[in-house]
Amino acid sequence: MADEKKDVSRRDFLKTAGVATGALVGGGVIGGLIGYNAKGGGSSTKEGERSGGRADQSAGSPSGRMFFTNDHDFNVLSEATERIFPEDDLGPGAIGLGVPYFIDHQLAGAYGNNDKEYMQGPFYGGEVTQGYQTRLRRKEIFLQGIRKLEQEAKSRFDKSFTDLEGEQMDEIITAFQKDEVEMEGVTAGFFFRLLRSAVLEGAYSDPMYGGNRGMEGWKMKNFPGHQAAYIDKIDSEEFQEIDPQSLGGHH
Amino acid sequence: MATTLDKVDVVTVGAGWTGGIIAAEAAKAGLKVVSIERGRERGTEDYLRVHDEYRYAIRYELMQDLSKETVTFRNRRDQRALPMRTMGSFLLGEGLGGAGTHWNGHTWRFLPYDFEIKTMTEKKYGANKLGKEYQLQDWGITYDELEPYFDKFEYTAGISGDGKNPFAGKRSNPYPTPPMKKTPILEKFEKATSDLGYTPFMLPSANLSEAYTNPDGQTINACMYCGFCERFGCEYGAKTSPEITVIPTARETGNYEVRFHSNVVEVLHEGGKATGVRYINWMSGEEFIQPAETVVLTSYVMNNAKLLMVSDIGEMYDPETGRGTLGKNYCYQILPGATGFFDEQFNTFMGAGSLGMSIDDFNGDNFDHSDLDFIHGGSMSLTQAGLRPIATNPVPPDTPAWGAEFKKASIENYTRTLNIGTQGASMPHRDNYLTLDPKYKDAYGVPLLQLTYNFTDQDRALHKFITEKAVEIMEKMGAKQTVGSNPITDYDIVPYQTTHNTGGTIMGADPETSVVNNYLQHWDMDNLFVIGAGNFPHNGGYNPTGTVGALAYRCAEGIIKYSKEGGSLV
Repeated sequence: MADEKKDVSRRDFLKTAGVATGALVGGGVIGGLIGYNAKGGGSSTKEGERSGGRADQSAGSPSGRMFFTNDHDFNVLSEATERIFPEDDLGPGAIGLGVPYFIDHQLAGAYGNNDKEYMQGPFYGGEVTQGYQTRLRRKEIFLQGIRKLEQEAKSRFDKSFTDLEGEQMDEIITAFQKDEVEMEGVTAGFFFRLLRSAVLEGAYSDPMYGGNRGMEGWKMKNFPGHQAAYIDKIDSEEFQEIDPQSLGGHH
Repeated sequence: MATTLDKVDVVTVGAGWTGGIIAAEAAKAGLKVVSIERGRERGTEDYLRVHDEYRYAIRYELMQDLSKETVTFRNRRDQRALPMRTMGSFLLGEGLGGAGTHWNGHTWRFLPYDFEIKTMTEKKYGANKLGKEYQLQDWGITYDELEPYFDKFEYTAGISGDGKNPFAGKRSNPYPTPPMKKTPILEKFEKATSDLGYTPFMLPSANLSEAYTNPDGQTINACMYCGFCERFGCEYGAKTSPEITVIPTARETGNYEVRFHSNVVEVLHEGGKATGVRYINWMSGEEFIQPAETVVLTSYVMNNAKLLMVSDIGEMYDPETGRGTLGKNYCYQILPGATGFFDEQFNTFMGAGSLGMSIDDFNGDNFDHSDLDFIHGGSMSLTQAGLRPIATNPVPPDTPAWGAEFKKASIENYTRTLNIGTQGASMPHRDNYLTLDPKYKDAYGVPLLQLTYNFTDQDRALHKFITEKAVEIMEKMGAKQTVGSNPITDYDIVPYQTTHNTGGTIMGADPETSVVNNYLQHWDMDNLFVIGAGNFPHNGGYNPTGTVGALAYRCAEGIIKYSKEGGSLV
């Protein structure tokens, strides 16, 4: 255990927290890691309460919860995702897109349980180049991370995370990003990176997973989703705006 | 207690490109072939709902179940190797077709220089161009000797190309199908590289420009440019894969069987001959022995090496002394390149895995290295493979990684960013090798393979040089802002880079320095063959599959010859 702690504290999160320009060429990410900035983004506008962050029990909606048992945990998660991917003049943010529900559903399944991943011990912290080495599964990392967000809010501002100003939330999320918060069995930076990835996955995955509601994520980005073919359009000099389609067939 | 089955002529471990090619050729020649495949049956009918980035590209639906088996990794020998717990740097395949199901389809022939790299480098630059720690070796075969097999693989696969690469080795035949569409994005690259004095050409593609029936009678359809290629299976049967070509060819003979859900754990041998393989059906938990006249290792690079190691076949490489061959010369690739941010919008979401244009002006020894502190180079390409929104969030430098500014910039630039990428060649180094892990085991109690790997000074010099060239091209293309790849530091197994792992079971002319001969026949056991990119003594500046396919066809010829005459083929 002492060994694990030491190794964890040596992690240099900056090395892997960069933003890849995710273009693939023949199986390679190219462009490398660019554009990393350790300062958090986020606007300073006052965040009011959002109904999207509350449990929605209406029948037939994808807004049921499979993983989070506690409303407050879910609301903290919701507010954090919204800071990472906020609503703006382009369109909805994480809450409006249903991202918190996407994350909830994912944590309840193979993703949360690390089903297809090697989880045999012994566990050691390892080098940052060796990747995921915690004994914790993703569902445990998320739950702990969310409670830590709340704890930080209490200790820094004497308020619940959900009652903070946007800027205060950003300060806390940035502290996680910079690995300045202690977590058990995993680093805060690692939790931050998981959370950030999950937000983008929820914003842009097919709506059948519970996020990207109304395909609004795709519409903002001009991604047409599931299209059978572009053979008739790919020669065009003009940029093609195409109504997106989801696998579920909703238009 | 293992159940011993009836003997067959040929058993292969896995049914991907190499297993499929061996099966097709051997079964056509009348040999009884069985492939032991750890994954499941699958085919085109399984890919009708495949346009799902999250499931296939992000959560690796088609890839190996790492809970059963992975590798361990460290950068240096003085570190503790730890398991690769999640998929990252490279993507291991599983199931019928193997990684040949979810490849992009770039199909190259390594350069004539590659096959005689040691001889040609020393002849031109002297014996001390690179330090002693770089273990360059000739391949024990020349381009000209391999040419007929390249031709055979390309005609099986129906490769689409224009044949306009002035640096390519001599071809006996043109590409079987014409090149793919030259889109506006590709034309931009073509113009810029031409203006700079380079010679652009269409990337040789296994996403076919038109429907094609191969010499075995298998039909591959025309590509629809849907933008879901790499990490996906093709719902049109338009990306040449083993399960739509060589596997059905083998099955149609009546001489071939694939046994699914079956994981080979050992190559059995006695008195210098392989006798068969031992495997576990992980659905029933039963253990079987499949005896065979000839055993062929056709799984991925890592697993082929591991099976030889756990079966105690050959001498393990020792980085201290440089002795031994099994596990040596593990290589990878480096990816110099440039990202360009533009004002205009492009149809970046459309595309095909191999839709691209390339230049070879900085590959191999196509340019003079006299004043450079590295050898080789890489093919530089601009591809329009279809960029998807979860993985593609390009932002200019100094943009925060999250929040309002990130959201705006990543959405804005998703359709306004182009990339030039390079398959940077990788030279073998004394300290980069494969061995067995002393601690961690797979689901069957067999040790995991251990990878020790880091980038070298050669890699850093090559990366810097090519990145500068890529930046120049991108600026010429008119980007308002161009960002070159960051200089490389330590190899990191976390971010995806490339599934072009090579070495460990290398081929050559001498049993002292290689594991297999140029028919991929094991030097110590003449009825054991080992095929894959593991045979490469170094990694070149291209995707490996075309060269692996050619080697597999040569190996198939050797196996058929061996079945009649026996003995060493060289």
